[in-house]
Amino acid sequence: METKAIMIVGVGGQGTLLASRILGTVLVEGGYDVKVSEVHGMSQRGGSVVTYVKYGEKVYSPVIEKGEADLILSFEELEAARWLPYLKKGGRLITNTQQINPMPVITGAASYPENITEKLRAAGTDVDAVDALRLAEKAGSSKAVNVVLMGVLSRNMEFDESIWNMAIEACVPAKALEINRKAFAMGREI
Amino acid sequence: MSKLMLGNQAVARGLYEAGVSVVSSYPGTPSTEITEYAAGYDRDDIYCEWAPNEKVACEVAIGASIAGARSFCAMKHVGLNVAADPLYTASYTGVNGGLVIAVADDPGMHSSQNEQDSRNHAIGAKLPMLEPSDSGECKEYTKLAYEISEKYDTPVLLRLSTRVSHSQSRVEEKERENIPNRKYEKNPQKYVMMPAFAKPKHIMVEERTEKLIEYAENCPLNTVEMNGTEIGVITAGISYQYAKEALGNKASYLKLGMVNPLPEKLIKEFAKKVDKLYIIEELDPVIENHVRKLGISCSGKDQFTYVGEYSQKYIKEKISGENTQTLSFGENVPVRPPVMCAGCPHRGVFYILKKLGCLVSGDIGCYTLGAAAPLQAMDTTVCMGASISGLHGINKADPDLAGKSVAVIGDSTFIHSGITGLINTAYNRSDSTVIILDNSITGMTGHQNNPANGKNIYGDPANAVDLEALCGAVGIRRVMVVDPYDMKAIETAVKEELEAKEPSVIISRRPCALLKNVVHKPALKVNEDKCVGCKQCLKIGCPAISIKNGKSVIDHTQCVGCGICMDMCKPNAITE
Repeated sequence: METKAIMIVGVGGQGTLLASRILGTVLVEGGYDVKVSEVHGMSQRGGSVVTYVKYGEKVYSPVIEKGEADLILSFEELEAARWLPYLKKGGRLITNTQQINPMPVITGAASYPENITEKLRAAGTDVDAVDALRLAEKAGSSKAVNVVLMGVLSRNMEFDESIWNMAIEACVPAKALEINRKAFAMGREI
Repeated sequence: MSKLMLGNQAVARGLYEAGVSVVSSYPGTPSTEITEYAAGYDRDDIYCEWAPNEKVACEVAIGASIAGARSFCAMKHVGLNVAADPLYTASYTGVNGGLVIAVADDPGMHSSQNEQDSRNHAIGAKLPMLEPSDSGECKEYTKLAYEISEKYDTPVLLRLSTRVSHSQSRVEEKERENIPNRKYEKNPQKYVMMPAFAKPKHIMVEERTEKLIEYAENCPLNTVEMNGTEIGVITAGISYQYAKEALGNKASYLKLGMVNPLPEKLIKEFAKKVDKLYIIEELDPVIENHVRKLGISCSGKDQFTYVGEYSQKYIKEKISGENTQTLSFGENVPVRPPVMCAGCPHRGVFYILKKLGCLVSGDIGCYTLGAAAPLQAMDTTVCMGASISGLHGINKADPDLAGKSVAVIGDSTFIHSGITGLINTAYNRSDSTVIILDNSITGMTGHQNNPANGKNIYGDPANAVDLEALCGAVGIRRVMVVDPYDMKAIETAVKEELEAKEPSVIISRRPCALLKNVVHKPALKVNEDKCVGCKQCLKIGCPAISIKNGKSVIDHTQCVGCGICMDMCKPNAITE
């Protein structure tokens, strides 16, 4: 099997690291060689963040370069636009429609592009746009956006729901498990 | 069964399995999690601690090694500069129990102030250095490093990089070896490095290097993988993974797991077997210089950059000229730089410093983000601790600046190496105004306890440095504490201390807003009828506030109710 490449992108603080832990756990359970490359440190403070997840028979490089991603899962709309060049032609893009203004937009030095999802489609991309924040709040916490999006991602992958649930249990603190289970189900079912 | 682990987590597993029993480190991205994961093991097996800085950590590990324990410390690349003093002489003393020092480089400067290559320290200190390329190797190399350390009587450096430290891959777990402490025997010729004893030791160090070169020729760390002979690649660490993905079986590889000292025969033999030889290494041409010294022609930094990270795509483009077309959004995407979090206690301080037009001598930590727009209230950042000593220099060079210049430094950075600068300020007397941003945690590296917050690495109660008393004890008479959520108090304090004709310290004290035990107020609201759209509230650079249809809006998922924006709002449109 050829190595598959998934990128999880978003804004520091949105919980992309936990999402990549869950996905990595699922892939190991699925019997693949897996590499997950994360970003820690300064860029985590509200900056644009990216996690690379690669799996297959044997994975060498942990990073994904422009034009190499089979799937991009974006936690925020502007980030979907930012990382688009990393998507393979014919690759799939899932994006949360939540918008978080970056500092240049807040200070008025730049403006937030309009109709991003439509523009991504116009660029020839297969886009699945989801209001994950609304679903997370419905599940009980705005912080569960990451797990809602794992639910959406799971629909695009081959693994049983039971494997995903096991991975969520392994990665999420016990007291937040109930909300996250609900969040995952909501993402998976829409 | 194998487990997915971060490279750093795998190093910690290696420490556990190798029977290491003492770990002392100072946090630094990308090395921090090694010690955090090590502290997750039973402390009767591995004792762990956060030291005040890397020099202290390294000396603790040296002491533990002399006492007979397998010991360890971890740091980021610039931390090794701080620890270089003990390290270079520990090379002479050698070890009793095995001693390994991990140093994590940050090519691409994801979270660092420079891009130095730690292999230069291995060469300078004449120490063996191993460099793993994934998590499995992180664990195996860590264990092997202890064998090398004890066999060759030397500290061993373990070089990591951001992509190895912060990538997860599969690791097989094994049992812990039970390694009892070696017996300590008094041996001043070995451990007292005064000239009479150090001179013969230097000769031994040179002899040890000869033996290590012999080891490098045949050791399991340096491996040859013969495929096609048109292209040969000599590489190490993460660059091996990039090269292998880029070139696959089209090329043959000499992968160097030991990057100092380098083998000679092995390289010559490999070079003979291939038509075109590439040296692929991020940052400095360490392997390349060695290969060229052996009289072998090769391609390296003539094609590959000194700067930043490599990737499979970069290598493919350089060697085979392949280029992939990419999709484009077709419109400018605004950048999203890191920012101070909503509710960050540093925000108000930087707003006031900007308002007063201060020259700000900065330091290393979350608060370095005070340099970014819209606050832009930082003039210098060099290294840990440089804010205070640098300000003293500024004030000595131009006394007129003393009335409008301040130093800002975090609690952890102050303990790390700000104290000595403050002693200098008091002793050599400049009218410096120092602001300690005490958020009760080492923040940027992901919340580590430190000697000033009253908790040790395990979260147990520990001695807390009394910052006020400490400043007084070194000779600062004007010491005051302010709450950074109280903008008026900060402004008054800064103005008064700038006017004072003696050195002073303002401690701005409030815990980091991201700490779990900090209770947040509900998100604030904007009364649309009262908001006049003056945008004053945007001047503090809070990521939770923006403008929609000419009025301020507050993102309820981010706001923690700190109230700094309420102070900015003249029409009182922002309410609880």
